[in-house]
Amino acid sequence: MRLVLVGTSHHHAPVELRERVALEREEAQELAGRLATGGREAVCLSTCNRTELYLAADEAEAAEQDAVAALAALEPEVEPALYRLHDRAAAHHLFRVAAGLDSLVPGEGEILGQVRVAHELGTTGPLLDRVFRQALHAGRKVRAQTAIGESPASVSSAAAALAEQVFGSLAGRTILLLGAGKVSEQSARNLRSRGAEIALVADSKTGRDRIVEQLAAVDVVIASTNAPGLVLDAAVVGEALRRRRGRQLLLVDLAVPRDLDAAIGALDGCYLYDIDDLEEIVAETLSGRRREAERAEGLVAAEAAKFHEWQASLDIVPAIASLRALAEEIRAAELRKADGLLGRLDESQRRAVEAVTAQIVNKLLHLPTVRMKQAAAAADGVIYAEAVRHLFGLGEDER
Amino acid sequence: MAEILFWPALLLYGEAAVGYLGDARRPGRAGRVATWGVRLGWLAQTALLGAQAVRDDGFPWGTWASSLGLFVWFVVSAYLIWGCRRPYRLLGLAVMPLAAALLVVAHLGGGTGVGGASHYSNLFLVLHVGLVLAAFAGFTLAAALSALYVWQERWLKTRPGTILRRQVPALATLDALAFRAVAWSLPLLTLGIAVGLVRLVVQDDRLDALIAATAATWLVWCAYLALRVLAGWAGRRAAYVALAGFALVVVVRLALPATHFA
Repeated sequence: MRLVLVGTSHHHAPVELRERVALEREEAQELAGRLATGGREAVCLSTCNRTELYLAADEAEAAEQDAVAALAALEPEVEPALYRLHDRAAAHHLFRVAAGLDSLVPGEGEILGQVRVAHELGTTGPLLDRVFRQALHAGRKVRAQTAIGESPASVSSAAAALAEQVFGSLAGRTILLLGAGKVSEQSARNLRSRGAEIALVADSKTGRDRIVEQLAAVDVVIASTNAPGLVLDAAVVGEALRRRRGRQLLLVDLAVPRDLDAAIGALDGCYLYDIDDLEEIVAETLSGRRREAERAEGLVAAEAAKFHEWQASLDIVPAIASLRALAEEIRAAELRKADGLLGRLDESQRRAVEAVTAQIVNKLLHLPTVRMKQAAAAADGVIYAEAVRHLFGLGEDER
Repeated sequence: MAEILFWPALLLYGEAAVGYLGDARRPGRAGRVATWGVRLGWLAQTALLGAQAVRDDGFPWGTWASSLGLFVWFVVSAYLIWGCRRPYRLLGLAVMPLAAALLVVAHLGGGTGVGGASHYSNLFLVLHVGLVLAAFAGFTLAAALSALYVWQERWLKTRPGTILRRQVPALATLDALAFRAVAWSLPLLTLGIAVGLVRLVVQDDRLDALIAATAATWLVWCAYLALRVLAGWAGRRAAYVALAGFALVVVVRLALPATHFA
């Protein structure tokens, strides 16, 4: 059984092309089912950044052609942007994808869930089931053993991480939104997903007293209005601070031009971050993710090597099993032949003879078994398997 | 023979102090090694204190130097409650060098020996020294948390791009933990002082400068709690009060040999 991968991603195709081969879950499931005929296995992984078909088949070339044809049927122009990988390279690619190492933002965590869903919706058998399970394991391992996914990769998640730096758990913390731009909405959503609540969405009609009242109560302020000048000056915030009695207040200014007076940052208990600060944080954390990605690549490569060993052992296992069956058959036959002599032995002596002969067989076959498995991992498995079949006449009766 | 336990305790505390310094520069393995240094060093010192308690005739920590050793043990014990967690490793940078240095001072003062005889043995004094030292250890930890708060607050104000690189406890968490440490320690100090006053009255002793300094310390920590609970103080202002309280704890510890043990 060979593993075949055909697909395209953000590395090879622009979004205009990718969106034409992107599939909904049901479509991906249907395509995988359609490709999994004649004993084949198939999984379709389709996200906004990639569409990939994984097939397990005895005839790799035919499977590859069918996969190319299936994607070309969705969009003929995609064919030059397709990559084609087999066996170890295909598995290694899938492990990198699951670990987020092939993503636009290194280490992003969403892809792991998408790989899991693709696996569940695919038509899998022993090979694809194994490779996808191992990919999910590799993805989880990378996230657990490296810091690749710990730092924020967007301005909105950086704002949420900053809030956690100030307040710890955000459960029960409250947010004041000044204006409701797209980025501030994302930031608010991010904060809410961590337990914070929106206290008020203020606009140009909200009165000064109401703003001061809210500033005295909330924990986080996110500003992103379209106002041409400052929306909040240090005097207003200072007035609210007097009621806060030293409680911390995080202010995030996402607007350009800025909504919040820079002097607010100097006030006691206030932490003011503008869009430039957040972008600098994101740039720094992304460079940190890239550093962690180097460690993650090592983990993924080790997983790919394990998969390769397992796949290679598939060639050799039947030969080993046949050899052991033959040896056991000979041992049993020889014991039957000697039944006249052995008949004089009592039960415990007979058991001892059984055990000794079985041990001789096991010891004789131990080293060849180990060597064959090693050879399989070193890509000589098929040759060794053939040699063993030839030398011991394995499978000749069937032929 | 049990005195030899002083050396592994000191070496491991010292290793932890260096490890936390390394962790501050490059978070990771150095921090983990440092945390194990704290754990094993604490075990070694616990064994040393156990040997002192078993072998000494009477209360073994009745001298200034030996009480300093016990104080170090209390501080490290309190730190161990949080110090094993990754975000609190930076706190070890404040606590462990102090613990190692004070242990050296205790040793130089003869406070880590085993098998001595003490003229203090009554239960009142055991409670007095034990409670006051436990309270001071709690205040030391509260001060370390407050110092970390002040440092981290200034760091947040400077808005560095690397703000999320270092794992440190959240400001609000530091604030709450410092409050909790004081809330646990103040009743201990109050009881310890009460026990001391009882002994003072029973033995008809005179008030000394140390008692006055301890009373001032008690008042500052009472003020800390009152300001937090009644006036709603939090954050930097509360942290400064905690640091002022700790300064008095240092004064009391330094004044001890010149007064009670004079």
